[in-house]
Amino acid sequence: MSVFILRRLLQSVAVLLIMSLIVFVGVNLIGDPVDMLINPEADQAEIARVIRDLGLDRPIHEQYWYFLVNALKGDLGKSFIFGEPALKLIVQRMPATLELAFVALFMAVVVGIPLGVYAGLTPESKISKAIMSASILGFSLPTFWVGLMMIMVFAVFLGWLPSTGRGETTSLFGIQVSFLTLDGLSHLVMPALNLALFKMSLVIRLSRAGTREVVHQDYIKFARAKGIRASRIVLVHVMKNIMIPVVTVLGLEFGGLIAFSVVTETVFAWPGMGKLLIDAILNLDRPIVVAYLMITVLLFVVINLIVDILYSILDPRVRLQDIRS
Amino acid sequence: MYLRKAFMTIAVAATLSLPMSATAKTLVVGLKAEPSSIDPHYHNLTPNNALAREVFDRLIMPDEKQHLKPGLAVSWKAVDDLTWEFKLRKGVKFHDGSPFTADDVIFTFERAPNVPNSPSSFGTYIKGKTIKKIDDYTIQISTEKPYPLMPNDLMTFSIVSKKYGEGATTEDYNSGKAAIGTGVLKFVEWVPGDRLVYARNDDYWGEKPEWDKIIIKPIKSNPARVAALLAGDVDFIDNVPTIDIARLKKDPKVNVMSSISNRVIYLHLDQFREYSPYVTANGGGKIKNPLLDQRVRKAISLAINRDAIVDRVMEGVAIKAGQLLPDGFFGVSPNLKPLEYDPKGAKSLLKAAGYPDGFEMTIHGPNDRYINDAKIAEAIAQMLSRVGIKTSVETMPKSVYFKRASRGGPNNTPEFSMVLVGWGAGTGEASSPLKSLLHTYDKAQGYGAANRGRYSNPEMDKLLEEALATVDDGKRQALLAKATEVAITDVGLIPLHYQVSTWAAKKGINFKARTDETTVVSTIYSDK
Repeated sequence: MSVFILRRLLQSVAVLLIMSLIVFVGVNLIGDPVDMLINPEADQAEIARVIRDLGLDRPIHEQYWYFLVNALKGDLGKSFIFGEPALKLIVQRMPATLELAFVALFMAVVVGIPLGVYAGLTPESKISKAIMSASILGFSLPTFWVGLMMIMVFAVFLGWLPSTGRGETTSLFGIQVSFLTLDGLSHLVMPALNLALFKMSLVIRLSRAGTREVVHQDYIKFARAKGIRASRIVLVHVMKNIMIPVVTVLGLEFGGLIAFSVVTETVFAWPGMGKLLIDAILNLDRPIVVAYLMITVLLFVVINLIVDILYSILDPRVRLQDIRS
Repeated sequence: MYLRKAFMTIAVAATLSLPMSATAKTLVVGLKAEPSSIDPHYHNLTPNNALAREVFDRLIMPDEKQHLKPGLAVSWKAVDDLTWEFKLRKGVKFHDGSPFTADDVIFTFERAPNVPNSPSSFGTYIKGKTIKKIDDYTIQISTEKPYPLMPNDLMTFSIVSKKYGEGATTEDYNSGKAAIGTGVLKFVEWVPGDRLVYARNDDYWGEKPEWDKIIIKPIKSNPARVAALLAGDVDFIDNVPTIDIARLKKDPKVNVMSSISNRVIYLHLDQFREYSPYVTANGGGKIKNPLLDQRVRKAISLAINRDAIVDRVMEGVAIKAGQLLPDGFFGVSPNLKPLEYDPKGAKSLLKAAGYPDGFEMTIHGPNDRYINDAKIAEAIAQMLSRVGIKTSVETMPKSVYFKRASRGGPNNTPEFSMVLVGWGAGTGEASSPLKSLLHTYDKAQGYGAANRGRYSNPEMDKLLEEALATVDDGKRQALLAKATEVAITDVGLIPLHYQVSTWAAKKGINFKARTDETTVVSTIYSDK
């Protein structure tokens, strides 16, 4: 297993290197950040100074080399706009995004799996059909629209929940979190639900399909014949066997949840990394875009590794080894 | 055990959070844009400057109409053609209690143009000026050539404390360590992306707001900002989207405020190439650039129905323009009125210029910079097509657009043939657009930096340069008006409309609506 992990880590380094090249060249092809940064009243001399100070007058291969050398030292460059290290800015906003993503994932699992298993066990009941129809809405309605509708209903008309921002935060192990206060929780519910909706529907459909398949397996029939309680059959024998696809998909989706919750964060003005990324893209803050995507690649690599390890725990038949094509 | 502890934390935090909101009078403001720094000299950018002036006073403060009002300077005059003298306000204290003196002004002049990594510095307003301390409350600033815009320049940047500013980095300002000014608000904290918190400075020398605390929340998404106001999460918002204005005006719980802005939306036409890349003969053949002919430019201007743009595209929230700044600004010509829509006149001018059947052209514009920018470009293309100039539209994000519009062509020349752009006069008078948009492009002297049509008219250049060297206000105003008339009559650019800025608040909350598109939060007040 340790050989497997080591080899995977080496592959990751190669992936990171290739990604950095693609991303770096890609962002440098678009527009010119100087026009986004500079005051329109600045004269030609000031424009030339900014271009020089940001190093944009250098050829791109030189810029890339400079970036690589610094990246090895752990410095992913300074934000053009904020003038602070890109990594610091991203890490600063990470807790907010992670909190949102974890709560959304929690909602998706806690609501999605029971509903999906229920729908799989009683496929013909009206409730099951309602669950399945709702799940179609869940993954087909666009996130920003649902978010705005939620704001309209729960914040504007009913006035139950705040419409925007993160609310009160408290420090937990030195990280600012908002789920420990009432105010923070009330700010967290809507964006988390908005973000969770799609994943929830996905989990419902996966668990339903899995359950439908598993309940007809011989081992379930045998367990039933043995007289094992229905609750134990469902909770142990069915559940364990439907988890593999759920874990795979959630693992991949979780990376997306963290890295690209851009829409939800923008609609709810959630001070996370997604909002930082979208602002950086709109304003051509290249160091932030590059650093962000580097972190995202790293995130996906790590999550995939964890998913692979989880497989071997969930399904003893799976052995960790390289897949050779 | 662990669970109980967690419950205790929740309970304690919940009780702690209650009394805070109940006693202090707090104003919550939702703004579209967030500043990139608290350092007042780091980035010369509208959202930064709007908030910097609250914590750090300026020598001269622009009022809501961008007129010069005494700030840290109580009076100023030109002692001779090359020297200005400023008398400083006495008895002003920084937020920590230390006194404000001429040394702080001199320190600011050293610091402001030289902030490391600044993406856009204040050097434009400071270079070429020599500052001299006469006594603790008098300074003299001299230039090599007569410089009448001295007070306007000093209106643009904030004065920082020498004590805290010396050696301070931008990070020190962001953390609040160096954010000690003389302004009406004290800086409390900045959580980027989430909130900015200010407290009232009770020792302020001027008018103070009624709020003990002002919290600013950046809400970039337009519908979310409006929803936050309707839900009562914020008391005040800026940049109300035009489609929501009519509905909000009908809402009895909402107060909508608006003001004409100093931003003119205009078209620049290629006037420096013999063959313009996006102009072709009918059918796509090569033709000599027709935009070099004044009659063609005039025809384009006549073919544009400005009333329709204002009514339909802008939903009535704009004012049609005939020059570079709206009435009431310094240097505006009383003789220039917006051109009336005249398609017949346009056609006959095109015929006279030798294009009876028109030609083909592309208009380029941004789609995320000005209010309804892409829609305006589309409307103009249709209007021009109606008089025979078959116009297609290409819009793109501002991040791509401005580079191509300014430097996208060979040898860093402007790439497009006709561009839709906007200009806000930062100094609040007519020399700003004349100098940047219409003066002949001159890199050495810093003229025409945003002249994307490369318009050039020696008569206008001469009038403007004379104005920029005339200290007498009356004479300068007349020269600027004359220069504007020359450029507009020659169709150096085609003005379309002035933007109108709109704010909205809960009923009972009010604001002096401003012409410079900024939200000065300390001037928000409640009707009593």
